[in-house]
Amino acid sequence: MARAVVTLPAQAKRGEIIEIKTLAGHAMETGFRRTQLGELIPRDIIRSFVCTYNGEEIFRAELHPAIAANPLLTFTAVATESGAITFRWSGDNDYAVTETASIRVE
Amino acid sequence: MTTRRQFLLATGGVGFSVGTASIQAQLAPNEAALRRAAYQEALRKVVGDAQVRRGRVKLVLPPLIDNGNSVPLSVTVESPMTPTDHVKAIHVFTEKNPLPDVVSVYLGPRAGRASLSTRVRLADTQTVVAIAQLSDGSFWSDSAEVVVTLSACLEEGLI
Repeated sequence: MARAVVTLPAQAKRGEIIEIKTLAGHAMETGFRRTQLGELIPRDIIRSFVCTYNGEEIFRAELHPAIAANPLLTFTAVATESGAITFRWSGDNDYAVTETASIRVE
Repeated sequence: MTTRRQFLLATGGVGFSVGTASIQAQLAPNEAALRRAAYQEALRKVVGDAQVRRGRVKLVLPPLIDNGNSVPLSVTVESPMTPTDHVKAIHVFTEKNPLPDVVSVYLGPRAGRASLSTRVRLADTQTVVAIAQLSDGSFWSDSAEVVVTLSACLEEGLI
């Protein structure tokens, strides 16, 4: 069920600023909604997102219930060297998804 | 032919019903005050006693939203993003959501540009605030007024 999509260029020039788009499939249940019987639906959200570039953290986000379902995060990074960019989402109910993309820098 | 009495009764009735409807559409005063206090507390937690100046930050949200469940939001901060002068963090807050925090991102010179886009939920017509913390310790902010016609958090779960 846990799925995530990451979009970034496959190659870039050294020093170029690349745009990274990430989308995780998650309902982001806020914990404020009720069922038709009036029971509170427990909170179930992604709490944190970390992006590492060849092992070094370059971007981190703390998410709250006010983030819409299927959280989308778009940000930028400097293409410094070829290698792997790793994305990790983690949250309530032991939710954890890791996605890796490789980039070639010339 | 309408008599004066009939006319007054009719207009008085309309005025009354509109008045009660608009009151019901807003939050109870207690709730509004609590949310305002929570918002101030959340701001203080991030900023502390430092002064927050307006400018350098650009928060973009549509001015009118049909559905508060998914609202595109983007923040950009003017910064050279060098190791000595960069944006350390961007925080987004709302005044009237049940929880004031929306998102906090932490970045550095390797981000290249201080920009972020995401999608948020808005529970009411309100002001959204973005605060950027720079590497020299200063805080800058921008705010946007948003009119929400259908609020998030109102629909029932499908359980």
